[in-house]
This record gives sequence, structure tokens and C-alpha cells, in this order.
Amino acid sequence: MRKIILVLTTLTLAGLLVAACAPAGGEPVVQTVVVTAPAGTPQVKVEVAQAPGFGETLTAVQARGNIICGVNGQLPAFSYLDPAGAMVGFDADFCRALAAAVFGDATKVEFRPLTTQERFTALQTSEIDVLMRNTTWSLVRDTELGLNFTVTTFYDGQGIMVRAADGFDSLSDLEGGTVCVQKGTTTELNLADVMAVEGVTYTPATFDDVNATYGAYGEGRCDAVTSDKSQLSSVAKGALPDPDNHVIMDVTLSKEPLGPVVRHGDDQWLDIVKWTIYATIAGEEYGVDASNVDDQKATAVNPEIKRLLGVEGDLGLKLGLTNDFAYNVIKQVGNYSEIYNRSLGESTATFIPRGLNSLYTDGGLLYSPPFR
Amino acid sequence: MNLKTRFIQPGIPIWRDIRFLRIFSQVIFLILLLSLLGYLTNNMLAAMRQVGLGLGFSFLKLTSGFDIGEHLISFDRSSTYLRAFQVGLLNTALVSFLGIILSTIIGVLVGVSRLSRNLLIQILARAYIEFLRNIPLLVLLIFVYTGIFLKLPRINQAASVLGGVLLTNRGIAIPWGIPTSTYSAFLFILAFDFIVSSLVAVYLIRLGRRTGRAPLTWLWTLLIFLFIALLGWFLLPGSPMILEKPAVQGLRIAGGRQLTPEFMALLAGLVIYTSAFIADVVRAGLQSVSKGQVEAARAIGLNNFQVLRLVVFPQALRVIIPPLTSHYLNLAKNSSLAVAIGYPDLFSVSGTVLNQSGRAVEVIVLVMAIYLLISLLTSLFMNWYNSRIRFVER
Repeated sequence: MRKIILVLTTLTLAGLLVAACAPAGGEPVVQTVVVTAPAGTPQVKVEVAQAPGFGETLTAVQARGNIICGVNGQLPAFSYLDPAGAMVGFDADFCRALAAAVFGDATKVEFRPLTTQERFTALQTSEIDVLMRNTTWSLVRDTELGLNFTVTTFYDGQGIMVRAADGFDSLSDLEGGTVCVQKGTTTELNLADVMAVEGVTYTPATFDDVNATYGAYGEGRCDAVTSDKSQLSSVAKGALPDPDNHVIMDVTLSKEPLGPVVRHGDDQWLDIVKWTIYATIAGEEYGVDASNVDDQKATAVNPEIKRLLGVEGDLGLKLGLTNDFAYNVIKQVGNYSEIYNRSLGESTATFIPRGLNSLYTDGGLLYSPPFR
Repeated sequence: MNLKTRFIQPGIPIWRDIRFLRIFSQVIFLILLLSLLGYLTNNMLAAMRQVGLGLGFSFLKLTSGFDIGEHLISFDRSSTYLRAFQVGLLNTALVSFLGIILSTIIGVLVGVSRLSRNLLIQILARAYIEFLRNIPLLVLLIFVYTGIFLKLPRINQAASVLGGVLLTNRGIAIPWGIPTSTYSAFLFILAFDFIVSSLVAVYLIRLGRRTGRAPLTWLWTLLIFLFIALLGWFLLPGSPMILEKPAVQGLRIAGGRQLTPEFMALLAGLVIYTSAFIADVVRAGLQSVSKGQVEAARAIGLNNFQVLRLVVFPQALRVIIPPLTSHYLNLAKNSSLAVAIGYPDLFSVSGTVLNQSGRAVEVIVLVMAIYLLISLLTSLFMNWYNSRIRFVER
């Protein structure tokens, strides 16, 4: 008996040693594809040189049967739980759009709420497939973190919210004051930068999550709270007991382009995320929305619309998806303006004027490259 | 007996020799463990290479770019990540150090009260222990922070109590001495005072040994120290420190010593939580001293206080110290819950560094190493103390 155990242990050990030695060196990764030949002939190994990770995400997503989408989960209008327990909001809708593009089914998405601190690690370690969590695009994040920013879905700017009764008009009014800020954000860095430029001494009070930050501000722990303007206006109306007593100062501290983030190394997935978002923008440009997409698909004469909806050409196949991916996105989730208005439109409690987030033809920054 | 016969008994095959098997299985286990670790490390490095991440600590020299609310050493946005770590470490050290001292004092008081013959005191102590030990620390911290310290008056309605202590939810400010021109002279006097009182202490200890009576060595030493210090204070031409009262100035409190609500909440939470455990350890230690010892001490005419100080406590300490050490270690590690209430301790600051620099592995390794170091140092000190007070067996 003991002998058997001994032999087994030795075998396990040998196996582990082999495994430990296997992944070595920084040489380019070569994917080995084993092609099973008909019986009788020896197996042939075909080596296909590929960039590391190319196509891995889509394969993994399709095998799993859903997309794991990292979201904020606590930010009204962007991603938060509605009374029925469903994740809703602007970012959540783009997750659904991606599921519609990949699976033709907008419901095949699993939301993973993440704090600001967890988000990048979660993406780097493949815990999530895409990060759709009001994340600001910056050079360091784009390079050093091993991440790729795709398309800006929301052009934001950092603002400062104060109590109306205090009558603060400019940053210098905050001299000596305390500012609540969320930990580990670009907001925290911009605040330090701007205050240093303005020569204003202040004390930051940093908190790990959104609720703690606004809770402390609401209790008067801080004179001001700073974040992206979209977050300030949506959260102020949600989390503070007296939203009307607070104003956002007429100061913009920074540019905050927010959009989905993916890992370095899988360009196919990067393309899929990019063109899913462009599809919603192109939908708005050409007046294709959820209500008329079926008609458009059947009767459109504009070749651009035909290509977009997959009636002509094979644009979807080039992405590794089906040809009607954009049709599914618009049909099930809507075009950009529908997604925007659902969470941030005039009829909502968290209304934010479209401003920079209008089409380029309306003076905004939204612009889709051609679908051809 | 040569080496071979020491390890291998004649007549028994090597794979059935129990001594060989023992060593062999240890070696196998070690190799398994090492190869598992090697595999995991290799896997991590390969994965990091794949997404283009390197491993290295040079990022510590980069500019941090953020501000930290509380810092014992200077820090601003142009300071390095390394400096941020130091700020966090010092904040953790401060709250742990004060926490250990305060929770020991309260713990001993409650532990002794738990054995009091006064029923009211006994029940109060018992309620304190049972109630606080059974609340999760995180809940306690958040309650103390949001329920007590954030509910203090806002800064424009600051309450002034106890002759100048300012209570606001932006911090508690207490009057604090600021040095004047005669301060350095006073420091000289204190140094002299320290030497004198040390000599007195040595003399009293020797006297105690020689006569077999136990003088209240530390009490007398302290009194002498305070006496000389006070004498120096009043004999100097001007008083070496003047008391500065805090006052609200615009959006902040100026003057005095300011304690932020986060710091106060963390300290209070850690102290009341840990002291409940320490109280029970003290209670157990005191009860471990056999009744005969107490009766014998009474029989030779010692009063209650003397019985506790000279007979019970020295023996109880031997039982108390080892579990006390682990509660101290817990307190230091629990201080990382500061992240929930926004106190910039080591863990909280390292979280920010991690996020701003994107160096997850390095930062986590560094944080674990530092906490390990803190724990080992605390443990080392307590073990040294334990061996000193150990019962000398003859």
C-alpha cells in the first residue's frame, strides 16, 4: 500500500515540476493548433503565429455563454439596481448592447459591481471581459496598466458640489476647507493638481465607496465633494436627503472622457467593443432606432444603413460576429440617443443636457467612422 | 556506529525503514510545496508578461500626485509613492500604539472589575465584555464613525466643552502647548530630571531587595520626576510652553491639537473592541492564581491592594501575556479596517497607490511584508517580556 502511495506521489511531483518549467521566456507566443487528421495518417501540427491573446476573449465569452461586465453598480443613471433588482443605467445598457452584438441576446450579460480600486485588477486578471464603469481615459492607464480604452461613450468633466447656503463661487473660496473625494480615482489626482495650481490649501477626506463619500459630505464632514459632473448631478439627486440645497460650482477641473476598457493583447475583442458602440452612434446618425430598425432593414435604400444592419456586405463576420450584430444591438437596446435618454434624458430624474455628448452635426463630439 | 548503520538497520529494506520514510516524506512534501509555489509564481509572471506588465519596485520613486488628509510627516501631491507608504505606515503605527496602550488600561480595569465583590461593578464589567465582544468590529467602527463622530456639530456650530475642547464633525480639537523661548532650557531640566529619577528608582529597587519589603518604587519615582519637572517649570524666567486654545477660523480649526473624526472613530472602535477581549484574558489570568495564594497573602497581613499587586498579578501575568500578545497583534491588523471609514492607514494608502500606479502585485507584497514586520516586532517584544516575567524555577 505504502509503495503505491509513494509511486503516486512521485508521479504527481514529476507532473508538477514539468508544469512549473513549462511557461518560460518572453519569446513571442506561438499558438499550436492540433489538426486531427483522418485515421491512419499521423497527426499534423500546424503552427499559427498570432499576437498573444488574439481572439481569446471572444472564444471564452462564447464558451461561457455570457459576457461578464464590470460596472459601478452604485451610480444612479449609469449602473445601479432598480427596485426590481435589475442592473439598469447608461453603462449597463452598453453592456447589454455588447451582449446583443455577440449573442444576439441582450440578456446574456452578468454584471459584476466593482469599486474604483478593484476595477483594473479585475480586468487585468480576466475576472471580467470588459470594464464599463465610468472610467476616465488617461495615458498612464492606457499603457502601464496593460489596458486599452475603446471609444468614449460619455464626455464628462470634473466638478465640485457645495452647499448652496455656503455661497462658494470659486475654488479660492474653499481655502482651508475639506473636500470629500473618492479614493483611487483620477478625480483625486485632478483635485490635488488644480488646488496646487490655484494655491488653495485644503484637506482631502478620501473614502472607498460612493455612498460613504456622499454620506460624509451630507453630514457636513466636508465643505465640498468632487467628482465627475455627471456623477455629481445623478448622485446628488439620489443619495443626498436635500438635493435642492446643493449646487455644482461653475468650475470644470478636468476633461473626463469615460468609456469601456478592455485588456491589452486581444485586438479582436477591442474591435468588437469599439464597433458595437459605433453601431449605436451610427444608428443615431442615420435615424435608425429600435422602433424602425425592422422597417429599415427591409426597405432601406441607403447602402450605409444596409451595411450597418447586415443586409449588404459581411462587416459582422470580419469582427468574428454575425452580420446582423448592429441590427441586434439597435433592435434590443437602441441607438445612442435612446440609450442616453432612457437614463439621462429630460424625462428622467437624473437629467443631464447632452452638451458634448451630441452628434458632431449638433455641435457635440460623437462621430462614428464609416461602416464599410 | 557508522553513518550507514545509524540510518539503515540491517535486515530491514530501506522502503520499510521508518526513519528513512520519515525523512523522505518530509523531503517530498517540501519539494511539492516549492514546486507548487514555483508554478504559481511562474504562472503569474507569464500572465503579466502577456498583458505587458513588468515586475519591479522602481515605481516607488515616482510622484504620487494625490494628497493625503492626515500625515505625521510632510506630504503633498509632489511626494513619491514611497513617501505615501511611509505616511500610511506611521498612521497605522500611531493608531496601533495608542490603541494597545489604551485597550490594555481599560482591559485591565474591566477585567479586575469583573471579579469585584461589588455586584453592580461586576455586572457592568460583565455586560461590557459580553456585549462588545460579540459585535463585529467593522459594524462597531461604522457605528462609532457615522453614529457618533459624524453626528457632532458642524463646524459653524462648533461646541466648546471642558475649557476649550472643540467638538465638530470635522474633528475634535484640544488645547495644546506650544513651545516658547525657554522650551529648550526646560528640555535640559527634563533630561537631568530623568537621570535623577532613574537613580532613585535603582536605589529603591535595591532597597526593596535588601530589606525584603516592597516600597512603591514606581510611584515614588514618578512623584520625584513630576516634582522636579514642576520645579523647573516654575523656576524658569518664562513658562516653557503656553496653552493654545483651538478656534474656528473660516472653514477649519486653527490651533490646538486636532484629531480627525476618522482617527478618533478608529481608535475608539479598536480600543473598546480589543479591551473587551483583554478584560476576559485578565479575568482568566487572575482566576488562574490559586486561592491558597490569596489566603496566604491575607494571612500575613497584606491588604487587598497589596494582595493584588504583590501576589496575584505577578503570577497572573504569566498566564495573561501569551494571549495578550495575540490580541495586540489582532489590534494592529484590525487597524486595516480603517479603509471603511476613510482613515489613511497603511492599507488604505496602499490601496490608493495600487490604483494610481496600477502595480497590484508589488503593492500587495509590500503591504503584506510590512504587516508581517509589524506583527513580528510586536511578537518579539512580547516574547522578550514574557521570558522576563516567567516564573523562575529552581
